[in-house]
Amino acid sequence: MQTKRMTLPGGWLPYALLAPQVIVTLIFFIWPAGQAFYQALLREDPFGLSRTFVGLDNFARLFNDPLYLNSMSVTAVFAIGTTLLSMSMALLMAMAVNRLIRSRHAYTTLLVWPYAVAPAIAGVLWWFIFHPSIGILPYMLDMLGYRWNHRTSGTDAMLLVIFAAAWKQIAYNFLFFLAGLQSIPQSLIEAAAIDGASPFKRFWSIVFPLLAPTTFFLMVVNVVYAMFDTFGVIHATTQGGPAQATNILVYKVYADGFVGMNLGSSAAQSVVLMAIVVALTVVQFRFIERRVNY
Amino acid sequence: MASIKLEGLRKTYPGNVQAVKGIDLDVADGEFVVLVGPSGCGKSTLLRMVAGLESVGEGTLHIGDRVVNDLEPAQRDIAMVFQNYALYPHMTVFDNLAYGLKNRGHQRDEIERRVQEAAKMLEIEELLPRKPRQLSGGQRQRVAMGRALVREPAAFLFDEPLSNLDAKLRVQMRVEIKQLQRRLQTTSLYVTHDQLEAMTLGDRLVVLNGGRIEQVGTPMEIYLRPASLFVATFIGSPAMNLFPVDYLRERGSGLLDDLPEGTDIVGIRPDDLHIQAPDKRHLIVESTLELFEAAGAESHLYVRLEGNDQPTVIRTAGQPPVTEGETLRFHVTREALHPFNRESGRRMGV
Amino acid sequence: MVEHRPVGNLLTHVLLMLGVAMVLLPVYVAIIASTQGPGELMRGGLPLLPGGHALENYRLMWQSGLSSSSAPAAGKMLWNSLIMALAITVGKLAISLLSAFAIVYFRFRFRLFFFWLIFITLMLPVEVRIIPTFRVVADLGMLNSFAGLSIPLIASATATFLFRQFFMTVPEEMLEAARVDGAGPMKFFRDILLPLSITNIAALFVIMFIYGWNQYLWPLLITTDPEYYTIVMGIQTMINSEGYVPWHLVMAAVVMATLPPVLVVLFMQRLFVKGLTETEK
Repeated sequence: MQTKRMTLPGGWLPYALLAPQVIVTLIFFIWPAGQAFYQALLREDPFGLSRTFVGLDNFARLFNDPLYLNSMSVTAVFAIGTTLLSMSMALLMAMAVNRLIRSRHAYTTLLVWPYAVAPAIAGVLWWFIFHPSIGILPYMLDMLGYRWNHRTSGTDAMLLVIFAAAWKQIAYNFLFFLAGLQSIPQSLIEAAAIDGASPFKRFWSIVFPLLAPTTFFLMVVNVVYAMFDTFGVIHATTQGGPAQATNILVYKVYADGFVGMNLGSSAAQSVVLMAIVVALTVVQFRFIERRVNY
Repeated sequence: MASIKLEGLRKTYPGNVQAVKGIDLDVADGEFVVLVGPSGCGKSTLLRMVAGLESVGEGTLHIGDRVVNDLEPAQRDIAMVFQNYALYPHMTVFDNLAYGLKNRGHQRDEIERRVQEAAKMLEIEELLPRKPRQLSGGQRQRVAMGRALVREPAAFLFDEPLSNLDAKLRVQMRVEIKQLQRRLQTTSLYVTHDQLEAMTLGDRLVVLNGGRIEQVGTPMEIYLRPASLFVATFIGSPAMNLFPVDYLRERGSGLLDDLPEGTDIVGIRPDDLHIQAPDKRHLIVESTLELFEAAGAESHLYVRLEGNDQPTVIRTAGQPPVTEGETLRFHVTREALHPFNRESGRRMGV
Repeated sequence: MVEHRPVGNLLTHVLLMLGVAMVLLPVYVAIIASTQGPGELMRGGLPLLPGGHALENYRLMWQSGLSSSSAPAAGKMLWNSLIMALAITVGKLAISLLSAFAIVYFRFRFRLFFFWLIFITLMLPVEVRIIPTFRVVADLGMLNSFAGLSIPLIASATATFLFRQFFMTVPEEMLEAARVDGAGPMKFFRDILLPLSITNIAALFVIMFIYGWNQYLWPLLITTDPEYYTIVMGIQTMINSEGYVPWHLVMAAVVMATLPPVLVVLFMQRLFVKGLTETEK
């Protein structure tokens, strides 16, 4: 790994400079992660009185547990739904804003602020407007003949958390798409126009391929977001219900460990999640490397 | 004020890349020495070793009467002007000049006095409250000079300080640097790849190639008696023409008989091929004029010699009455011949 | 686009206004709701215009909070959120600047090892190691404290990488000139490197502040004492209580919880965009 051509005389100083970061990392990251690995191999009774070594049994049980398998498919639906909804809305908005010049800044301002809203708050906001008895959207849906109730319908609950999670993430995707669109040389689009390509064709043959790196990057980021940063959305609203319909993996780790006090299973779930994060991070970094090499 | 003495300096980078392969050099107190050579010749590495920005691999480095091998740059009592100026972008010009003095614990009024003095000398007084980004290239260059000047160091080190300026400004600053150095009499080491800059600035030139010294001498010594084929072709523009000695011998009476032992290549400067026959013994070459370049005060004639495929350049004063395609005769005297050996690349004879 | 047809532009504006309306809807509804009286939300269908109870709702929430929930007054929780967010932000910036400085400007044994140690934190979000981390904090006696709320979150690979990237682009000659000028390592850091990084620091400050303010799971885990509740996690206790939820008051709290980070984004939009797009590159 690179340093500067000339470096400073070292001694103990670089170690002292790194110490705060390294100490915090060791105590609050590395050690607990190690503990999770260790506990994943143990079974503890709910009162913490006895623990036995069970090897990979926790994992075996996990993958035979219909509730966990359900949680996995729920997570997949949630992550894909959130990613697709948020990215397509953001792309649409970014392309529209990119057409404009004078009002570009104003629209951007109006579209980006939800980034600052906490996922939990986003959840509460959408919970409120979809509230079966006082929310305004169920009122309108009712007129269309649909009885919305996210307290009893798993589909409604899933849609609700997807809306909340996607809504908050539009701002982020929008900014990256807009930056991506603005980095496409105008001359390319003009050349395509001279070659007689219609606006629609110009999008598919020029703009979309050039946006592909941004799109791929955002897909990874959005999946990571939906899988790990949306705990608040679930916890503040559906709490995994109704009937496990929104019990995504990160929520289940918490619920099983903290509420259900099933430490071995929760630790095993942690290990599985870490494996997923590692995989996604590797994908993300390999992709970044490739982009740098362009 | 101090002399600088380099004894057997070497620098090897990881991967066994030898940048500097044994350099001995004495720079006298107050002398202006220019290190010149093509890129990758080790000149910048050498300068940075003197500055303390690169560690000295092997050898001994003296500044004044101290061995400074292991001293910090700040302890060596040198000042440096960087190629890209390296001005601190967030500080005003005044603070840029004052920073080194502050770090050395000078008194506030002393700093003020010295900065004003240096600014006056470089005519940048009205720039003092500005930030570097508000300055033109030439002004930045002056500020970079000022930062070196204000310290009143034992030696100035210049790392291609004019290479980021446009041609006109470069000539102007070259003259100013020379005048300033004459006035201050501060020992100076100056790195450049531009042979004209080297010739005009240096009291002495050190021509470097491949990490070794090719020749040390005054500009005229080097121009008139290049010690190697490399120096011969590197210094002087247009570059010296080279001919196999046998080619000339076919044309040249007994003029070539006293060339030193081992000569197989003869160099002739473009100025030494004359259209007018001199009244001394000379040899004559016939050629076809391929291209004529009028450059105002002088002209360049690109010719092809009979029986020699290499294009040859001739420089004459004014504009001779010639047309492209015609056959011309050129006259060369014995004194204009530079004898070299191809194998060793060295000049033959004493 | 190449040609701008008036009809196309009109369509563009219509599309964008629909998008903006959709983005604004939840917050507009929240603001309207927060100005209503206790009974007005129960009639089915929300009013479209603000009611006349804004002042009393906000004052009630700010000063005393909701009696049906364990959360304290919103004023108190906002204050807690502010302290936590600032502590996390300042802490992250400080330790990231120092470690990036060490990694870029020094050569020392185990440099690569430390680099990877920091890097690995990227892969361990708190969500995936909840219980062991909670135990560590509990064992250290940091439950229900601002130290416990902030210190475990200040290690940040992202900020360290951003500063590392930035330091790598600082011209080599800055350090060389500073050393010729007699500046030692820490003097160089303070006089040259920090002032040069100021835009990056500010951009990251915006992002980190939002990150800190919006923490949810962490305060949920380690605060059992309402004294330390933050506003974002406190709101959840108001709606998860059984029985009647006074939505007009909850929405007043929601608006108060959202306002500080949103204002930061709106007033520092340029820095926010820079911070966001650069941390992820």
